[in-house]
Amino acid sequence: MISPVSISSVAAALILSPLLRSIINRTKAGFAGRQGPPWLQPYYDLIKLLRKGAVYSRTTTWIFRASPVAGLTMALGALCLTPMGGENSVLHFEGDLLLFAYMLGLWRFFTILAAMDTGSSFEGMGASREAFYSALAEPALLLGLEGLALKAQSASLSGIYAALENSVSAGGHAATLIFIMLAFLIIYLTENARIPVDDPTTHLELTMIHEVMVLDHCGVDLAIIEYAGALKLWILGLLITGLFVPIQAGATWLNLGASILCLFLLAVLVGVIESVMARFKLVKIPQLLTGAFVLAALWGVWIARTQL
Amino acid sequence: MAGQSIVLRNNQPVALTEIPRLSLDAFRAWTVSQVEAGKRLAVLCCFPQIHGFLLCAVLADDANGWLELAGAEAAQEFPSLTPQCVQAQLFEREIFETYGLRPVDHPWLKPVRFPCASHHPNHKIGEMDYFQVEGPEVHEVAVGPVHAGVIEPGHFRFQCHGERVFHLEISLGYQHRGVMQALLQASESQRRHLMETAAGDATAGHTTAYCNALDALAGRQAPARAHAIRGIALEFERIACHIGDLGAMAGDVGFLPTQAYCGRIRGAALNMTAAICGNRFSRGLIRPGGVAYDLDDAIIRHLLERLEAVRADAVSAIELLWITPSVLERFERTGVVSKEIAEEIGLVGPAARACGLNRDVRHDFARGIYQFQQIPIASVESGDVYGRAMVRWLELLRSMTFVREMLLALPDSKIMSEPGAMKPESIVVSLVEGWRGEICHIAVTDAQGELSGYKIIDPSFHNWFGLACALRDEAISDFPLCNKSFNLSYCGFDL
Repeated sequence: MISPVSISSVAAALILSPLLRSIINRTKAGFAGRQGPPWLQPYYDLIKLLRKGAVYSRTTTWIFRASPVAGLTMALGALCLTPMGGENSVLHFEGDLLLFAYMLGLWRFFTILAAMDTGSSFEGMGASREAFYSALAEPALLLGLEGLALKAQSASLSGIYAALENSVSAGGHAATLIFIMLAFLIIYLTENARIPVDDPTTHLELTMIHEVMVLDHCGVDLAIIEYAGALKLWILGLLITGLFVPIQAGATWLNLGASILCLFLLAVLVGVIESVMARFKLVKIPQLLTGAFVLAALWGVWIARTQL
Repeated sequence: MAGQSIVLRNNQPVALTEIPRLSLDAFRAWTVSQVEAGKRLAVLCCFPQIHGFLLCAVLADDANGWLELAGAEAAQEFPSLTPQCVQAQLFEREIFETYGLRPVDHPWLKPVRFPCASHHPNHKIGEMDYFQVEGPEVHEVAVGPVHAGVIEPGHFRFQCHGERVFHLEISLGYQHRGVMQALLQASESQRRHLMETAAGDATAGHTTAYCNALDALAGRQAPARAHAIRGIALEFERIACHIGDLGAMAGDVGFLPTQAYCGRIRGAALNMTAAICGNRFSRGLIRPGGVAYDLDDAIIRHLLERLEAVRADAVSAIELLWITPSVLERFERTGVVSKEIAEEIGLVGPAARACGLNRDVRHDFARGIYQFQQIPIASVESGDVYGRAMVRWLELLRSMTFVREMLLALPDSKIMSEPGAMKPESIVVSLVEGWRGEICHIAVTDAQGELSGYKIIDPSFHNWFGLACALRDEAISDFPLCNKSFNLSYCGFDL
């Protein structure tokens, strides 16, 4: 039985996710001494793109056109698997965390294919970078999720986050969650192409990772990609906020509201990170991702020790 | 080496007949030996004569502060200096392209600018051969001439192995306007505009070099106050451009605060120039014989206030760079040019000073106000992006101090000297330290005392090759940062 709260959480994601970008941009603007774009700018951008036609390079094939839709499909799929506010997600079953992780993987796979489909040397470079860094980020994410699964004795995202809530309110190992939160934060910044891993605002193709892969997309395709990107900010954000919002607000609707607020705070945090530090050198990024992996592994080992 | 060359000071005119005419082989041997002895090839150029060409080499002796000039007459070809003297390679390509005078044994006479003269008959704009690397996993990346940012056109060809750059080749010349040819047909007032736009962001530098050259040929000395105002304009230009560059370098590593504030502070610095002459890039300010605008007490007070505000803002925005580890990590050991390479290819300006070479025209070949008021040379040893950023920062602080002292003690005199006729059949070399480095102008007059030859060398002409060297074995993703740390002029090269 799908609860109205689960439906509402999906609806909230679909409607509010572009706002996360806005919050990040406004935070950065504050640090830069600027007013920043209007709060609804990401929505205006999407509407503008939806009204535009598309230009396709003759080098590209159907893969290039299919990629944005495939990406959005994966985003929606992953969204349905993600619990919010302690409530079960719309879709949940034992082992859905693997499906979740590999939907993100398939999404990336299509983005990379489309980038290579253009035959551009820039996009090829971006694709190879994306493949390399995600190959390092994915194990960290999986290991983190599996550690959580071990702790919750459930291989479903909904089960994991529900169990977390109980253990924290029972005064469990809340402090140790900091490890996994840090690991997920690094993955969050990597997957969403934010500083210090990638710079979403740069115009310099040679330095880009994610942006360069979507350079050839325009119009509706680009709108879909941008919207799916906003959903990614939301979905992966929930993995982090779910770890530290198990404070019971008392009512399920309040929990939902608290989750959304925490996502907004996370966006502020991303904005702050982007405002106070420079991007890493590309060769240093694997070290950062290895750090995430080590954090996740340490935590997993610790959990395994206490559980077994 | 008596008799082989003539020793000149900066802006010292000599009669063309005084230039020693060496045989082509002696000319080559002399130039090569002088460069090997540690001098710098400031210019290698040729001027058409009634019969054939007059080849001129100007060697800068930075340590002694003098220039050595030698000449040779050539008809159709001359032995290339490049195999022994790397600094000559671009000059020789330019000579061949412009006049068809062939440097024999030059390793690769590629075009310098588009559209090329008839001496490269088969070349169209953008078509040229590149050095190529072959092998498994080696790939080629072509960037430009149309870029994503609002910058000038230039083509960059990378030979890469994964993310690593084996070799970068830079091909420019897309906006060749024929400035040097146009100069000779232009009237004096038209020439001024051509000079102001030779490289639009170095207007004060190029117009000062031009006016100094003309003043020297006319035997007139700009009044002390005019020299001081020219110096102020030059330093304002340096201050504004260095602030802009440091902000842009912060932007390239994604460091928001410095980037965001420097954009505004650069504007405030440019506005100080506008307060003097109404134009933010000092157009119309510097004229042969002096300057066109005087500073009254109200403007001086205004400038002193603005200067303090700019200094305070710049300190708070730019010092963040030196205390933020993530920024230092990006700047340090990125795009290193060793001192040996810098010396061999003849780098100038902040790029050279970042490699530990103490070259600064304001110090070595001081003219005008710099003869009376010295600015210490800012140099660091590291040769990397950090070095180039730090040199800019130190220069910027010292320029601000200099301008402040100038404004507080401006010499009391006229701002324009009496006009005079230019010496016939003379040549003058005029060096000015623009914000990018040594700007060199050479003016030649004919029997009537009219300009018959003019050569402009923007510092970018020397330094683009330095950027290519900085990218050797560097990550391709750091190219934009390295490029910005040099921030060379495209139009100053293309002319």
